[in-house]
Amino acid sequence: MTGISEPLSAPLEVGFDYTRSLGPVLGRFATALRQRRIEGVRGSDGRVHVPVVEYDPITAEALDDFVEVGQQGTVLSWSWTPHPLEGQPLAHAFAWALIRLDGADTPLLHAVDVVSPQEMHTGMRVRVRWSDAPVGSIRDIACFDPVPDDAAAGGTAADHTGEAPPLPESTSEQQEPVAMTTTPVHLHYRHSASPEESQYLRALAEGRLIGQRCPACGKVYIPPRGACPTDGVPTTDEIELPDAGTVTTFCIVNVPFLGQRIKPPYVAAYVLLDGADIPFLHLVLGCAAEEVRMGMRVRAAWKSRDQWGTTLENIDHFEPTGEPDAPYESYARHL
Amino acid sequence: MTDPDVAVVGFAQAPNTRQTYGTTNGVEMLVPILHEVLDGTGLTKGDIGFWCSGSSDYLAGRAFSFVAAVDAIGAVPPINESHVEMDAAWALYEAWVKIRTGQVDTALVYGFGKSSAGDLRRTLALQLDPYTTAPLWPDSVGIAGLQARLGLDSGQWTEQDMAAVAARCRTDARTNPHAQISGAAEVSELLAEPYLADPLRAHDCAPITDGASAVILADADRARELCARPAWITGLEHRMESGNLGARELTTSPSTAGAARAAGTDGVEVAELHAPFTHQELVLREAIGLGDEVRISPSGGALCANPMFAAGLTRIGEAARRIMDGSARRVLAHATSGPALQQNLVCTMEGHR
Repeated sequence: MTGISEPLSAPLEVGFDYTRSLGPVLGRFATALRQRRIEGVRGSDGRVHVPVVEYDPITAEALDDFVEVGQQGTVLSWSWTPHPLEGQPLAHAFAWALIRLDGADTPLLHAVDVVSPQEMHTGMRVRVRWSDAPVGSIRDIACFDPVPDDAAAGGTAADHTGEAPPLPESTSEQQEPVAMTTTPVHLHYRHSASPEESQYLRALAEGRLIGQRCPACGKVYIPPRGACPTDGVPTTDEIELPDAGTVTTFCIVNVPFLGQRIKPPYVAAYVLLDGADIPFLHLVLGCAAEEVRMGMRVRAAWKSRDQWGTTLENIDHFEPTGEPDAPYESYARHL
Repeated sequence: MTDPDVAVVGFAQAPNTRQTYGTTNGVEMLVPILHEVLDGTGLTKGDIGFWCSGSSDYLAGRAFSFVAAVDAIGAVPPINESHVEMDAAWALYEAWVKIRTGQVDTALVYGFGKSSAGDLRRTLALQLDPYTTAPLWPDSVGIAGLQARLGLDSGQWTEQDMAAVAARCRTDARTNPHAQISGAAEVSELLAEPYLADPLRAHDCAPITDGASAVILADADRARELCARPAWITGLEHRMESGNLGARELTTSPSTAGAARAAGTDGVEVAELHAPFTHQELVLREAIGLGDEVRISPSGGALCANPMFAAGLTRIGEAARRIMDGSARRVLAHATSGPALQQNLVCTMEGHR
């Protein structure tokens, strides 16, 4: 970020390993792939579907008539990928193709490894290139290679292991059918704070707490908001708030969890800064957990200045001030 | 209920841009257009019987982004609200049904998407079959290219036909202040450009767009009060095809054809088609049966601005606008969702009831 008025933004990484059970049809397809075989399933109209479909596209009947198909096929259509994206089958330029395997009637979408689009044409023959260590996934097919013209004859299921490296012992010996598949998904975003939030975050980096007032209802929000949830208009007039306030409600955390940074028991509390209308969640430390109570007066314990950034984490925690408790009426409408 | 008719009585859209400064929950794009569309009808938020939105958490990179978007409404006291993880044209379908049940007399429908926050081509791979296709991360342009080549190889269309679609859309978009891309374009010049992803050139692909749009629907009594020339919905249908890409006939669109037949397309003068790729407009025209006399996407269409989860709703708004401003009597809008025109919605509207 350069300009001072531009909203703050930062990379946001979202990732999850999706783990799915496969069921009888997809499980059989995956189990065959692990053995470097490709099985399709025959539908009510006699068509052999590859990849398999669990239910007939026409009658919706459950399908279970499996058919082994060839490991060579014909390109029905293709498109060129000059700059592959993360996760795609090949890291260098390649072609996506709809490939109808010999013995199948519906095409499979996969990658063909050629160096330029000049080497691709509709109707060309291609052959499976297997991955070195199959696990029972569509990615056991690393990609497809063009079949040279003089080798195009044949291509039955029997010659399928042609140039593939031997199956790892552990895989060939596995007898259990494949029942699960794991697909790691990682997406990358640029997350933007709103203009209002950005002012708040920049003030935090200077050790200041900035709220804004809703021009319609007059409530003071910290953080300020792009839209007051009551009125649907951005908050405006800036208000500097003190770093002291009142505990409106709280809970004692007794349960350990992954990533926990403080040893339980400890207190997570809603702190209503003096002059604000919306409390925010923070930690209350500096006293025994059982001493924390609604109405308790607290003040921010800031980290040392050299650790400050555009984050509310600049405040390490809140701790009791020792003042008398705030009367219930002073925070009752902020609960 | 005595009169089942429902009409579009208002439409607004945010600027369509390559990148907004706003958040992925759309609040910054939505606040101005919600005010604009309400002001245009004289309604206030308290008058709206039902709110329905379309957006996607995958696009936003955060959970429940549509809930944060509700802040843009100001949902106090509580509102009657729903959401679809689809283009907001399908949110409009839900709102239309809601009004026809008689439960409410007005609905405000909105869609938003900040595609620039992530890598749209990768994100869209996640709408593919999660077992046999999505693990390969096929990107949206690559899949559209497979569809385009099927039609090129079969002689159903040519690269010239595709470029002609782009040229017409860009030329038309010059009069659309909300368009992201516009300008005079010659087919020969477009074809001189290199391939982006053979057989697709840049002009064949919709731009990446951040944007939002909003439409107000009303029942018969309210529509007559709120709008001089309501755009009466005469047909609203949607159909879906298999999630198995290889099982589909990619050069035709049976789902569009079925929806159009059910909606009824006689006498349509203007058709706003949601075609994010040039060849898809050719598929859609054929499927709906639109002749040369029908004006196609005078706004410039999705090829000139394609805000994800709003572009389909925008087609309905743009088509309705032709009725509301008196320039057309009978119009059609189309919305699509999913890879290579998997799911399609057709909405027909007319001026007099």
